[in-house]
Amino acid sequence: MQSEKMATRSSDHEGNARLNAVLATILKRLGLGFATLVVVSAIIFSSISMLPGDFGQAVLGQSATEETVAAFRKELGLDKPAVVRYFEWAGSVLQGDLGTSFSGRNASGQDRSRQVSDLVMPRLWNTLFLAGVTALIAVPLALFLGLTTALYRNSAYDRTVNAATLTTISTPEFFVAYILILFFASLWPVFPSLANVNATTELGERLYRVALPALTLTLVIVAHMMRMTRAAIINLLASPYIEMARLKGASRSEIILKHALPNAWAPIATVIAFNLAYLVVGVVVVEVVFVYPGIGQLMVDAVTSRDIPVVQACALIFAATYILLNLTADIIGIVTNPRLLHPR
Amino acid sequence: MTIEPNRKDILLEMRDVRIDGFSDERWHKIIKGVDLTLRRGEIVGLIGESGAGKSTLGKAAMGYTQPGCKLVGGSILFDGIDLVKASDADKRKLWGTRIAYVAQSAAASFNPAHRLIDQTVEAATRRKIRPDAESRADAVELFRALQLPNPETIGGRYPHQVSGGQLQRVMTAMAMSPRPDLIIFDEPTTALDVTTQVEVLSAMRNIVEEFHTAAIYITHDLAVVAQMADFIKVLRFGEEVEEAPTRQMLTHPEKPYTKSLWSVRALEKPEVKGEDIVLSIDHVDAAYGPLKVLHDVTISIPRGRTVAVVGESGSGKSTTARVITGLLPPTAGAVSFNGKPLPAALKDRSKDQLQRIQMIYQRADTAMNPRQTVYEIIARPLEFYLGLKGKAQEARVIDLLKMIELDESFMDRLPSELSGGQKQRICIARALAANPDVIICDEVTSALDQIVQEGILKLLLRLQKEFNITYLFITHDIATVKAISDEIVVMYRGKVVEQGLKSEILAPPFPDYTQLLLSSVPEMDPDWLTNLLAARPA
Repeated sequence: MQSEKMATRSSDHEGNARLNAVLATILKRLGLGFATLVVVSAIIFSSISMLPGDFGQAVLGQSATEETVAAFRKELGLDKPAVVRYFEWAGSVLQGDLGTSFSGRNASGQDRSRQVSDLVMPRLWNTLFLAGVTALIAVPLALFLGLTTALYRNSAYDRTVNAATLTTISTPEFFVAYILILFFASLWPVFPSLANVNATTELGERLYRVALPALTLTLVIVAHMMRMTRAAIINLLASPYIEMARLKGASRSEIILKHALPNAWAPIATVIAFNLAYLVVGVVVVEVVFVYPGIGQLMVDAVTSRDIPVVQACALIFAATYILLNLTADIIGIVTNPRLLHPR
Repeated sequence: MTIEPNRKDILLEMRDVRIDGFSDERWHKIIKGVDLTLRRGEIVGLIGESGAGKSTLGKAAMGYTQPGCKLVGGSILFDGIDLVKASDADKRKLWGTRIAYVAQSAAASFNPAHRLIDQTVEAATRRKIRPDAESRADAVELFRALQLPNPETIGGRYPHQVSGGQLQRVMTAMAMSPRPDLIIFDEPTTALDVTTQVEVLSAMRNIVEEFHTAAIYITHDLAVVAQMADFIKVLRFGEEVEEAPTRQMLTHPEKPYTKSLWSVRALEKPEVKGEDIVLSIDHVDAAYGPLKVLHDVTISIPRGRTVAVVGESGSGKSTTARVITGLLPPTAGAVSFNGKPLPAALKDRSKDQLQRIQMIYQRADTAMNPRQTVYEIIARPLEFYLGLKGKAQEARVIDLLKMIELDESFMDRLPSELSGGQKQRICIARALAANPDVIICDEVTSALDQIVQEGILKLLLRLQKEFNITYLFITHDIATVKAISDEIVVMYRGKVVEQGLKSEILAPPFPDYTQLLLSSVPEMDPDWLTNLLAARPA
């Protein structure tokens, strides 16, 4: 009987203690996430330092004399030791200053360079807009398809959805993009094939222009999320408590929605976070096809021109996106798991 | 049982029920034509070994077959409703309301995401048997009737927050909530400690009596079914062996198979006192992180004898074994072998020291590499400890197989191709291969059927006689203790409560805990539970 006394504490103070425990866990994860970001920043910095070639050389051309290149490097601070440059960079990033772009500068001394944040922010906003629109379509669609295929598993509907999503995920995204352009911009011109937006484009117009890129990305990411949802639910259907629910007279939809889904949020959230991160960091191909001014294109251009501050800023934003989204998935896993939320 | 059957009383009538199951890519007969008639308020005990089809038959009484099984013949009438012909929707209306199910592992059968009270009233609320608020109030009364602590608040807890015994009682309350006509209890106490089992059994019996509910009680434990059932049906290989009222079945079983089930518990080894101490544990404390689990444990183990360590789960039995083997270095105290202290940690021990102490585990199937053949499993210690190779190794493996009463045809088999008892025999052979002085047996028979248990125990006793092996035998089953031990150590909450010769420990006067433990072991007497509850202070 001793164990029973332990198991039956009063539940009055439990609520507060529980909330504090969850908050403490979240703060701890945030701290860990920040530490990860610091490590990643060091990796980004050192790997960019190891990029072959030299910005000075790239800008000034092969014919530039050694002295000119050296003077130019000195002006940009590239002559300082890497460790010093890292801490200068990290220090200013912490204060919100991403630095000044290398491009636009000229050896002549006339400086038309821009702040990195002025370059990156509009592009980041564009990317987040496209990712947001895509997520709003793709996530509910994937959940709906995942749940219904689990409910009617092995039916014709299940097989059709599985085959269709497998096809879209197996097709290269540029190909999906061109097919969509062919049908919806060329044969039946309902959407524009170019998604060129700028800061002044209005919301309605923006939505209209990103329709095809958003649709392309939706087709690419839905399969992964939908299949994971289906698998997570079906995996649980073999549990004794699901059989128990059946033997208590629960219908199929009750079993899926009430008994399986609440236990499946953690794996589903993880795969959604993974795909949302992809929407931010992995869409450069789609941006190129639709000429969409996103952050992916910016980074590729910056790598080509050895514009180190921009490359670093983009890489840091990508890393932060991954860390934040995974953190969110972890937190969803915690708050949907009574074992963690209500410890013994 | 009334002699003149009154048709009107009949609640459940199963005739010539046949069920096939799909495995190894073909259909097998699981139930081969079984009849069962149950009247209102009656309890039938279904007993048999695992694989006898007890659970399958129990679920079939609800008109339910598990995925991978199908009903191929026979009729099932529940209160005049033909469950074979009934649609899924019609059956769902009965399930959880007129027929309820209590599963073996309550811990796995409660949904971890919902509070206990919500799961308890789920079926009654779904079918609108009464307003939800009334069901919740009624559930609290059921919790109280089942002697759950804090009946008002326990329903607000999640499944992982209460103990296994409590969960099993909550599950009985869940089954009882819609006041069903029939409850199927599928091994409801098998996973519980004996001390908890008594409480759960008496709670279940009282509540079934109070509401005059009929029940099918499935178990492999004869003594348990004797307390619960009006009549008993013995099943084997999906067929009925015999059926009789409980008292008659216990005193005059007719079929040889039933008699053999009954005789298992009679195995008893005469104790022999031992003077030559081979292994001693001196004032050992041990902890998992900050959690202290052993307190000043001192045990002496004489050579060539069996010391049984008994106690309920969480009493520190297995932790003691981990300290002896060096898997868990103690925080204080020491273990000595043949009078010389052993290094505390496994990695500091010599090959010779490792060889002398071997271990056999409870779950044979997880203790063997599923991708290694029997030969590889047994040959490994031969090569590692004794350096045996080639022909000599093969000869020794065959030798060892003979010792465990298997032949060389088993050498090329994988663990998945063996029965539960055979797997445990291979584990014994693997331990023997090292020529150990001491073998630690951690609940080695508790996952096995009674007849198979008897075979393993007899084998262990024979090997002890032949090779003068010492056993440290960890178990929670007193019948096993009687069968195999010379000395007994009783553990409770990480402390040794009592130790001595079997005859001393099993004879009064008992310390409180030993008394509780011994009196909780069900006996093959239908009045045992009634008498025990009457004798215990309320």
